[in-house]
Amino acid sequence: MFTALLTFKKNVDTTLTDGSSFNASMQTSPASMINQYKFEEDADTKDIFVTVDNPESHVTAIETYITYRVMTKTTRSEFDSSEFEVRRRYQDFLWLKGRLEEAHPTLIAHPLPEKFVVKGMVERFNEDFIETRRRALHRFLNKIAEHPIFSSSEDFKIFLTAASGELTSHKKQGPGFLSRMGDTVKAVAAAVRGVRNRPQEFTEMQEYVEAFSQKISSLDKVTQRIVREQKEYLEELKECGPTYALWSQSEEELAEPLKNVAGCVDRCCKETEEQVKNLSDHLIPVLHEYVLCADTLKAVLRRRDNIQADFEAKTEALATKKADRDTMRNDLDKAEDRLEWANNALKSDWTRWQKVMRTDLRSAFVDTAERNVSYYEKCLAVWESFLHSQRTDAEGNGKVDFS
Amino acid sequence: MADSGSEDIAVIGNTDLTPSESENNLKNTMVEKGTSLLKKMEISVAEAEKRTGKNAVNMQETYTVYLIEMRPVDAASEGTNPVPDSLWRRYSEFELLRNYLLVTYPFLVVPPLPEKRAEFVWHKLSADNMDPDFVERRRVGLENFLLRVASHPDLSTDKIFYSFLTEENGWKETVFETGFQAKADSRLKALNATFRVKNPDKRFAEMKHYGDELQSVISQLLRVRARAADRLYGVYKVHGNYGRVFSEWSAIEKEMGDGLQSAGHHMDAYAASVDDILEEEEHYADQMKEYLFYADALRAVCRKHELTQYELEMAAQDLTSKKQQREELATGTIRTFSLKGVTSKLFGQETPEQREAKLKMLETQIEEGEELVKERNAECEEFVKSAWVDIERFKEQKDHDLREALISYAIMQISMCKKGIQVWNNAKECFSKM
Repeated sequence: MFTALLTFKKNVDTTLTDGSSFNASMQTSPASMINQYKFEEDADTKDIFVTVDNPESHVTAIETYITYRVMTKTTRSEFDSSEFEVRRRYQDFLWLKGRLEEAHPTLIAHPLPEKFVVKGMVERFNEDFIETRRRALHRFLNKIAEHPIFSSSEDFKIFLTAASGELTSHKKQGPGFLSRMGDTVKAVAAAVRGVRNRPQEFTEMQEYVEAFSQKISSLDKVTQRIVREQKEYLEELKECGPTYALWSQSEEELAEPLKNVAGCVDRCCKETEEQVKNLSDHLIPVLHEYVLCADTLKAVLRRRDNIQADFEAKTEALATKKADRDTMRNDLDKAEDRLEWANNALKSDWTRWQKVMRTDLRSAFVDTAERNVSYYEKCLAVWESFLHSQRTDAEGNGKVDFS
Repeated sequence: MADSGSEDIAVIGNTDLTPSESENNLKNTMVEKGTSLLKKMEISVAEAEKRTGKNAVNMQETYTVYLIEMRPVDAASEGTNPVPDSLWRRYSEFELLRNYLLVTYPFLVVPPLPEKRAEFVWHKLSADNMDPDFVERRRVGLENFLLRVASHPDLSTDKIFYSFLTEENGWKETVFETGFQAKADSRLKALNATFRVKNPDKRFAEMKHYGDELQSVISQLLRVRARAADRLYGVYKVHGNYGRVFSEWSAIEKEMGDGLQSAGHHMDAYAASVDDILEEEEHYADQMKEYLFYADALRAVCRKHELTQYELEMAAQDLTSKKQQREELATGTIRTFSLKGVTSKLFGQETPEQREAKLKMLETQIEEGEELVKERNAECEEFVKSAWVDIERFKEQKDHDLREALISYAIMQISMCKKGIQVWNNAKECFSKM
């Protein structure tokens, strides 16, 4: 990838060998190229739609696993057709994410749902778990599709379109294990060295990410606690209705209002149950994803630091060593480009990410507030109908003066 | 439901009540006005105070006294405001009054006192008798008790009750002078003993059964409600954490900051609102509790009726056996086995004089026995008549009061929902500015 970029820089060759297509009339510097991507994000220009649904379990001799149907509709010219339907398993999503991060270490990819912490075989195929995962995978792919750079990735295209066999063989073609090892070793070495002169803006970013991570984790925990408390409230409330109903059996005049109250309490129970489900299905997944996002941001900042550390190390090496100066100078140039590229990519994507985060969290909280209003409105209606029934009852019997 | 001239002030239709209006409504809907005492006087338990003093075993104790105020009804309408008659009473004196009424009017469903110790508490409610909230709720309960008694057609005319309200000193002695304690002790013994009635009155048996069911179901309701209240408290309070975190988060954001900050305030308001909500619900719980204790009073009447009937049956049985003895003595036939009969057979008959003397004694006893049976029969009839009138009165009162309680519960829920709608709409607005 980086070799291709260098070619781009030196030869003003606008076609990158990995197949991603960039506008040929663009300017040449990586920075301005990145800047191009901060633009049109409105729905009108959305030219690719991806859905993840229809989980199915597959049983083989070795294992049992779930696949999901991934459907794509697109008008993009680089796709051979306008509709695709493939089946993918979680591993495949992991692979895609890994490839995207490798290709763009300082771009911010939306998190995947976590791997299942093994509690037992059975739980992995629990309906709720699968549904929650499916929704998260759906969001993941959509975020990738909405990302100006990621969505142009060849790996992404293959993920969406290739038949299973094709995908498997493509996976095998990627940089080998050993080469990945090499990169990792270098990264670790760089990490050990540490960064000397981190630009202020990245330090500020890090501070923000730390704080954000804490806050969003707190919100996640608070919301989970609310769900727990509501579930416990629901358990107690569920006993109230039947108690009123039992009482009505001993009464004559009071039987009707008591039965009525029992019915009202039961209806409120149902509404409370639904409200709890809404919190779990809508707000918690979003908060949870942004907790993972915070981790992603930390990783991105670390990778950027490593790239800078690598550059700094090479600069130092050139200054101190005497032999192989030409190779070293070459390496240094590459490292410098890499760093510039990484920094600019991160800066642009950071702005984009903040916008997306703001939109996502705002709509999640607005949605939650709306659902809460709706919950109270429904309960209100229940009790008002009770009052109404007592009113018409009493007025009919001339019992109570309502004036 | 017969309207006995009561002026129930409407609770329904007005869902926005101030706390004092609400309390007034509670009072008025729970108690029928229009019986003799309350027509003339307004009674209230206005205040509570802590006192310390020496108790029966000469040890220091702290207790609470309650101020009972009486003012003539006319004064309010005339516009004058004379100083009310007032005196202080403690809970044990109320208990003494009630015990007196229970013994003196066993055929009446005597209004209950508020609970001696806090039960059905949930974590925020204190079980401590000295806790100010408990004292306040007790004050309201004691006032309610006095109003109930004062509006009862029979109880309101009782002299001891009247002097309870008017004579601070020496009242206790007056009560003891009535000798009700002796009656109380013997009654208590009798009631605690197990006895079997041969021909139980079906109506009373059903009433007693109803009393049992009512007590059981209201206890259950109070328990369940207290637990639910505890949980609801938790739900609301946790939202306060949103307030804190939103506030902290807003500090690191630029455009999102304001929206977050103000949303946080609404979350704090939401968390705080539960205190008022649950305080109102305690009112409702207290109304239910009153009828929980009323159920006990109802059962007591049925039990006392059983006792009365049993005593009648015993007297009748005794009379029958005495009559039989007389017959045997007169005709010389022994129908019933008696040791005297056997010994006389073995050791010789008694002299005619002895027999004469015995017969005479039996005649007297039979006469007395017939008087007793007549008395007891009249007593029983009187009891049944009076008790049944009061039970009917109680039934109507109960149906009315509990229906009003259910309605006020619905109003409370509506108020809670309205508050919720308001808070979350406000929060939504703030969130959309994020």
